[in-house]
Order: sequence, then C-alpha cells, then structure tokens
Amino acid sequence: MSALSRDDVAHVAMLARIDLSDAELDRFAVQLEQIVGWVDQVGEVATAEVTPMSHPLPLVNVTRPDEVRASLSADSALAGAPEAQEQRFSVPRILDEE
Amino acid sequence: MSAHAGDPCFLTAAQMATALVAGEFTSEELVQAHLDRIEVIDPLVHGYLHVDAEGALAAARAVDADRAADEPLPPMAGVPVAVKDVACTAGIPTTAGSAMLEGWVPPYDATVVARLREARMPILGKTNMDEFAMGSSTEHSAYGPTHNPWDLTRTPGGSGGGSAAVVAAYLAPWAIGSDTGGSIRQPAALTGTVGAKPTYGGVSRYGIIALASSLDQIGPCTRTVTDAALLHAVIGGHDPMDSTSIEGPVPPVVGAASTRDLTGTRVGVVRQLSGDGFQPGVRARFDEAVQCLRDLGADVREVSCPHFEVAMAAYYLILPSEASSNLARYDAMRYGSRQGPEGIAAPSAEQVMGASRDAGFGDEVKRRIILGTYALSSGYYDAYYGQAQKVRTLIAQDFAGAFEEVDVLVSPTAPTTAFGLGENEEDPVAMYLNDIATIPANLAGVPGLSVPVGQADEDGLPVGLQVLAPATQDDRMYAVSAAVEAALTQAWGGPLLDRAPALNQREELT
Repeated sequence: MSALSRDDVAHVAMLARIDLSDAELDRFAVQLEQIVGWVDQVGEVATAEVTPMSHPLPLVNVTRPDEVRASLSADSALAGAPEAQEQRFSVPRILDEE
Repeated sequence: MSAHAGDPCFLTAAQMATALVAGEFTSEELVQAHLDRIEVIDPLVHGYLHVDAEGALAAARAVDADRAADEPLPPMAGVPVAVKDVACTAGIPTTAGSAMLEGWVPPYDATVVARLREARMPILGKTNMDEFAMGSSTEHSAYGPTHNPWDLTRTPGGSGGGSAAVVAAYLAPWAIGSDTGGSIRQPAALTGTVGAKPTYGGVSRYGIIALASSLDQIGPCTRTVTDAALLHAVIGGHDPMDSTSIEGPVPPVVGAASTRDLTGTRVGVVRQLSGDGFQPGVRARFDEAVQCLRDLGADVREVSCPHFEVAMAAYYLILPSEASSNLARYDAMRYGSRQGPEGIAAPSAEQVMGASRDAGFGDEVKRRIILGTYALSSGYYDAYYGQAQKVRTLIAQDFAGAFEEVDVLVSPTAPTTAFGLGENEEDPVAMYLNDIATIPANLAGVPGLSVPVGQADEDGLPVGLQVLAPATQDDRMYAVSAAVEAALTQAWGGPLLDRAPALNQREELT
C-alpha cells in the first residue's frame, strides 16, 4: 500500500482543519508513516467474503413521542461559547472578502 | 484490621456504606477525611484535575441530615466517588484532559453522573486522563501526567490513570472510568486495583465526551471486586437518552461477586495473549492465577483466537476514524477554546478553526485525527477502514467460537507492569502495544475485568488478570474474579494494595 508522504499529511491535516506548523508536519510525517505501515496488516487477513462490522450491537433507530419537553435555556447553551451576541453564537466571518 | 485502622479512607466502599448506616461516622466526616488526604497526597500523585470540596461536603451534609431524620436513603448514600474528567458534570469543570476545553463547565450532567447523584454519592472531583482518552499512560493530559502510587516515577497507565491512581492512593474509595481499548482495565492492572468494562451498551454514555462511539464504554474503578459490582449496579441499566443503551436488566453482578467456588466453570486461556511479548513477572503471576483457578475447581483449557493478533491494527484504524468524526465538533464556535491565527487581521471562520484546533489539541490527538481522516478519505476507505471492519467481524467470530467451548476467557491484562514516565513518549506504536490484550473486547463489545494477581518479581509492581465474558453475561467475570481475589487475598494475608508504599511524606517527590 502507498506510503504516507509529508504532502499527504499536510493535505489531510487541512481536511481535518488543523493548521499544523512546519515542525509538526516534519514530526507527524515520520510517526504517521510508521503507524500506517503497521496498520497495513489489516489488508492481509480479511478476504472479500467477510462481512464488515461497524458496531457490536444490532442497532435499531430509537424514537420518542414528538412532544415538547424541557431543554437547555439559551443562556446555559451559550454559557460556554467563545463569543455570543443577542442570544446567539457569534462566529468569525464565513465569506471571503473579495 | 490493617495498619490503617481508624482511618475511614482505607475501608472498602461497601464497608463505608455499612459504617455510615451503623453511625460509626458521618458522610461529612468521611468526605472531609478524603479531602484532607487529597490535600497532602494528591500533589504527589496528581490524580485529580479538579476537587469539588464544597459540592461534596454539601451533598454529604444533606445525606447526614436525611439519615438523622430517618428518611429512606439508597444503599450507597454518603459514600463519595471520583469521576473521570470525560463525563459531563453540571457546575463542575470538565476538560477531558484537553486544553481545548480548559475551564469549560457543562450545562448538564451525564446520565452516569445523574445516577451517582440519585444514589446520593458525594462527588469528590474529576480525575486526570489522556487527552480525549487517547493514550495508555495519562502522559497525554494537557495538565501534566498522573504518577503511579506504587512508584511515583512511573505511569499509572491510561487513559484513566487518574481514576485508577486516586483509588489506589485511597484518595477516593472508587471512581468512574471509560474504556475504549483498555482505559479502565490497563490502569487497574498497573495500579493493583480492580477495573471493569461492562458489555457495550450496558452503561449509558449520554453526556460522556465521545472518543470512538462503537467502542466506548463506562465502568467502575475500585479496590475490590465487590465494590466494582456495587458501582456497576448504581450506574448500569437502560437510558432512553442513549440510543445504544441495552434495554434489559443489569446482569446480577453483585450476587456474582460473592462467588468463592468455581467448580464446573470452564475457563479458556487465550493462546494468542499468553506467549512472548509479556514481561516474565507478568507471565509468572498469570500462570499462578491460572493454577489458582484450577484449585478453585475451574476446568481450564487453552483456546485459540487467531485474529486477535491483528486486533491492534484494526483498532488503530477504527478508533482514529471514529475519533476524527467525533472531534470535528471542536470547531471553536459553540464551546471550547477559540484562537485567532497569527498575523491575519480579520480571519475567516475556517482560519480560526484551523488555528484553534492546532493550539487546542495535543500531539496524540492530532496524530489520530489525521490518521482517521486519512483512513476514511476517498481512495483509502476500502483498504483501511473497510478492511478493519472485516477484521472486526473475524475477532467477534473468534469470541463466539471460544465462548462455545468455555464460559470465560482469561489473559494477563497488560503485557508489562507500570513503565517509566517518558519511556514511550516518542514511539506511538510502542505505546499502543500496551493495549494488546484489552482491545479485542472493545471491538467485539464483550465485557472485561482486571483483578490484581500479585507483584512481578523483577520490579515488585502489580500484575492484573483479565477475565472476559460473553456480551450481557457480565456476572460471569465478577464471579470468576471474585473467587480469585478471595483466594489470593487469603494467601497474601491481606489485599495487594497493603503492600504499596505509604504516601504520607512530601519528601517522597524528590
């Protein structure tokens, strides 16, 4: 299987929205290459006819009656927000300037 | 009575409950004794991230008042408890060991915490852990490592090293832990305590900070098997707020913990978890524990679970994949730390997110998020995540086959005794191998428990026996471990923890 390059790590970190420094990229590229080489062995044992398992329990969707019930107040929901305004989460700009 | 006669902190939780009912001391006195001990000992151990003295004392006084007024009280009322910092506690800071959540105070209680409060158990505080439960040594906590009470230069294991260490150091009679790949059981082994991971879905995870949702489970960290069963009974059972919660009664774990005779019980030694790669002292104590099982009447045989050998690799694809998704919520918008990128005047939400996640997450969390994002990305999904899910099926089939032959499986809980702080820091794969014996249970969803079986000859540090049972048959692991605990405690002339060095002098840090 393909090795994980420093550029791959930079790309995946961007996808995961982690703004890594150059020093972090250097360090993680070496460590992740080792880890990926090690986890590669999963490809050697499982054959096509094995059913994948996503979860240890047979899951069914759980619903409840569609009735109003108590929930967090706006104040308590906002209590941990980095910034709040007019009972809403205040976020940095989401559009580019041009 | 032991050398600690008269100090209530050294009783088991069950003994504390009995003494409270008998009026030997009040809950306030019991909580205060723990707070006094925490003040002297915890600077050495660093098991707590936050101590809620005021809240614990208030809860204790309320129990004492109700007891004085002959009000009906739950059986464990007034016995204090510590909670791993992974569980949301209304009004008490919750960080999951991460700088991302520094100072965050949840607006609601996790269901397990609500159940502790309903059981009228004062909450002493929140225990240290590897950041977001990613680690096997508690060294990945953003707030500094926890020290093993047996040897302060060594780790207590992880991720729940804080819960295990406060229980081992008598800074709490028992604690809540979480176990995604061994985070309750491995620290129990490394600190000479008991730790149980119930069947997947056996304890509610509502309000638990998620790591890997198909693996995470909540359970008890205690000094005895009986205490583990009692705490399991308090926190277990169906919760409509958790869609993965099992609708059914809690297995009869408390009754099972009084088992002393194993005649007719079929015990399987997992061939793949008992060979090379285990420290000689760990193997020696394990072999003695297996002989102890035979002496107690068990029918012991070897069983083979061939795919356990690739369980680690599958786990280190499945866990990072799920974690990368779960940790996407730390976006610096609704809660958690927000950091602006340097040198940008009016940064966008995406730039703030990238900078905040770089500043707020530690190395191990970043490694696993990147690995998981990679394993799930287009072109690699089938080769990594898809293959890992197939291996998971093979491991579940290994368990199913083994449990047709035997009632429980046993192995050493961890391949080594407690290792030195800093020893595995720069080698992630070496650190991952600590969980080689515990991870298969999480992949298959079966319950597992670690019970102390002695000290390794080469270093005098504790060794744990892991007992695994089929899903929803948690009582079997309590029965087998309780019988072993009783026999070994009698042979030793007292609990293993009595042999840990006393932690009563500040000089010990030097």
